[in-house]
Amino acid sequence: MKLFGVRLPAMSSLLIWGLLWELIGRAEFSFFVPPLSQVFSTLFEIFGTKAFQSALYETAYAFISGVFFAIVIGIPTGIFMGKNRLLDELLLPWVNIFLSAPLTALVPVLMVLFGFGMKSIIITTTLFAIWIIILNARAGVLQINRSLVEMATSFGASPWDAFTKVYVWAALPEILGGVRIGVIRAVKGVIIGQLLISIAGFGALFELYSANFLMSHFWAVLIVLFGLAFTISEFLAYLERRVSYYAAKR
Amino acid sequence: MDMLQTNVQTEITTAAQADIAVSVSNVSKNYGDVEALRDLSLEFPRGQLTSLLGPSGCGKTTLLKIIAGLLDPTSGDVLVDGKAVTGPGPDRAFVFQDFALLPWASVMRNVAFGLELRGVAKSEREAIAEKYIANVGLSGFEKSYPHELSGGMRQRVGLARALSVDADVLLMDEPFSAVDEQTRRKFQEDLLSLVANENKTFIFVTHSIEEAVYVSDQIAILLPRPSRVSDIIRPTGLREKDMLTIRRDPEYLDIVDEIWASLRSYVE
Amino acid sequence: MLNRSLLLKFLSAFIVFGAWEIAGHIPVSYAFPTFIESMKALAEMTFDGRLYAAYVETLKPLAIGIAISAVVGITVGLWTGLNNWFDWLFSPIFIVMQAAPLAALIPLLVMVYGIGLTSKVFVVCIMAMPVIVLNTAGAVRNTPSSLIEMGKSFQASRLEVVTKIIIPAASPVIFSGLRLGISAGFIGAILSELKITPTGVGDIITFSRSIADYASMYAAIFSIIVLAVLFLNLLEKIENYLFEGNVRGYASD
Ligand SMILES: Nc1ncnc2c1ncn2[C@@H]1O[C@H](COP(=O)(O)OP(=O)(O)OP(=O)(O)O)[C@@H](O)[C@H]1O
Ligand SMILES: [Mg+2]
Repeated sequence: MKLFGVRLPAMSSLLIWGLLWELIGRAEFSFFVPPLSQVFSTLFEIFGTKAFQSALYETAYAFISGVFFAIVIGIPTGIFMGKNRLLDELLLPWVNIFLSAPLTALVPVLMVLFGFGMKSIIITTTLFAIWIIILNARAGVLQINRSLVEMATSFGASPWDAFTKVYVWAALPEILGGVRIGVIRAVKGVIIGQLLISIAGFGALFELYSANFLMSHFWAVLIVLFGLAFTISEFLAYLERRVSYYAAKR
Repeated sequence: MDMLQTNVQTEITTAAQADIAVSVSNVSKNYGDVEALRDLSLEFPRGQLTSLLGPSGCGKTTLLKIIAGLLDPTSGDVLVDGKAVTGPGPDRAFVFQDFALLPWASVMRNVAFGLELRGVAKSEREAIAEKYIANVGLSGFEKSYPHELSGGMRQRVGLARALSVDADVLLMDEPFSAVDEQTRRKFQEDLLSLVANENKTFIFVTHSIEEAVYVSDQIAILLPRPSRVSDIIRPTGLREKDMLTIRRDPEYLDIVDEIWASLRSYVE
Repeated sequence: MLNRSLLLKFLSAFIVFGAWEIAGHIPVSYAFPTFIESMKALAEMTFDGRLYAAYVETLKPLAIGIAISAVVGITVGLWTGLNNWFDWLFSPIFIVMQAAPLAALIPLLVMVYGIGLTSKVFVVCIMAMPVIVLNTAGAVRNTPSSLIEMGKSFQASRLEVVTKIIIPAASPVIFSGLRLGISAGFIGAILSELKITPTGVGDIITFSRSIADYASMYAAIFSIIVLAVLFLNLLEKIENYLFEGNVRGYASD
């Protein structure tokens, strides 16, 4: 977007929306919308508090473990599916089912099986992220140029070499794309888990603040959370672009 | 020798007789810092086919789109029938390099699309489209969709669409570049009959020297960016010959060689 | 060869349900009924009409929410895709919404709109809307420029270019955005039934769990997953049928 010939940065309109928010807040239009400035000053107060730090820690812990399992299980599964037709045909229907299934419905099962704690939240996070990671890793392997593999074999590469030196790299752009979407889903999964399973982490803060009508606190935490989620997703998109430079030239 | 003499003679007379359908004067076009065209002037005689020939990226498409009114020149004027071009008009029709067919519309609707946009009633426009579909040899494919056609057939749909609006000037941007060699030769022959039978002005962009010499009344050779007309060649003598033997004609071969000689220094 | 893939699908289902059955017999957990027990409970629920009543309840916020999201989302998306100013103004909001865990808004929605239908519809909307808007806007922006130039060269008005070229060209991607929106809407609908107030299928799940009738709980979950997956697959089939060739049809292949 250009204004008087000057390019406006991509996300700059958020400033306008922030201003609008401030005005609505100042006009005391609604109890639920305090002015943005007040939200920000609350934000800096909250940062130091024990409650916020432990919520951040709990959420990060569940999120990172969930994503870790999704990646460590998902990528190899996807690669094997891409390489082995039988495995692929057996697993693919299930991957597709869970990709589009409303996973929130499974959370109660996790609760009764794994209890109302961190374990269930981590599994929820993994469940949200893993399917798209599998599917993309599979797609990445399937599009690998056959002659690339034959080239490696013709130079006497062992199967392990072919795997680590050709497959993984040739499929990397797709794999990273899957991880990016998976991670975005994991952020949603971790919050849904915290709201449904045990009131923990940020979920607990949201409940606490809304029950006590602490609106600026609520919005402050929400802004932090959205900001984190957005930063993570942009960072991964950046990484993906760094790698995808060769994707177009294969 | 004698022969050449008469050729020169006819060339002079035709050039004097022909009135000008499209005239481009002192046109420049900049894309930001890129200077695509600089001070380009060229005239297109009515009822004839003029080729724009030049190396890739020299601004042939740009010039064609300026004439079509799809792009505004940075400076200079384009006159069609003496009137300045300010935008697309009913007097010009464009044949696109990538066909630009609507994938969700049948051949019939695609061919009639130009008329549809001009508000021609359905029955009437379909009757006209039907005629041009038959003309380009696609009868029986009216209900087909673009993805069911071969590249050559798609290009004929694009051609039929441009013909059906009955514009005086046909602007063709590398119309045969996406079809195979056999189809291309067939199209070139069809184009020659089209030029002979319809009193339309054709402006034809091509990469191929042979193609330009084969189909053109006039060839404008463009230099690399910033582009101007470096030379105008009129293979007039060829037009009276049988289209089946032109490729063996010494004059044809001479002209091809001559153009290549003048262009080769710009390649690489 | 067609039979091979079908056969393998059956085999795969057999292995998974068989494993479920065996795991239920061991049992791996007191809260893990066998496959057959769960299916029995499902049949029972279906025949006594409980399931039907529950779905009427569950699908209400979903249908309303999706309808609102579709109308608003496609309109805003078209606008955003067609106009640079709207793009600059609105896109960031939806990009952030797409990346953000919007479930966090639920406690606030409950405070503002109570625990009734409105809140649930809202949850469905915030889940479904971003992807619909972003897909629509992206599809509009990606209309092949030669098609638009073709329209212009025949002097189409701006309105004609939009209605006769841009919208038809964008409709496959708009439709798949709608499908993704519905998929997200399902997540939202269940989430709101589990989190806000137990109604419909959420009620069966919550209630069965509270009385330790795990077979019924699994049956209800099984049914909602099957329903969502079948419905989304059906939409995908319709999509492929409607827009067959639309993608392949662009020239120069
Ligand atoms: N939209 C644009 N923005 C910036 N530069 C452009 C644009 N379109 C064309 N150009 C530049 O203008 C020059 C002429 O482009 P044009 O497409 O007219 O060339 P052309 O002669 O048709 O080439 P080709 O034979 O490859 O089709 C090119 O060097 C190109 O880089
Ligand atoms: Mg060109």
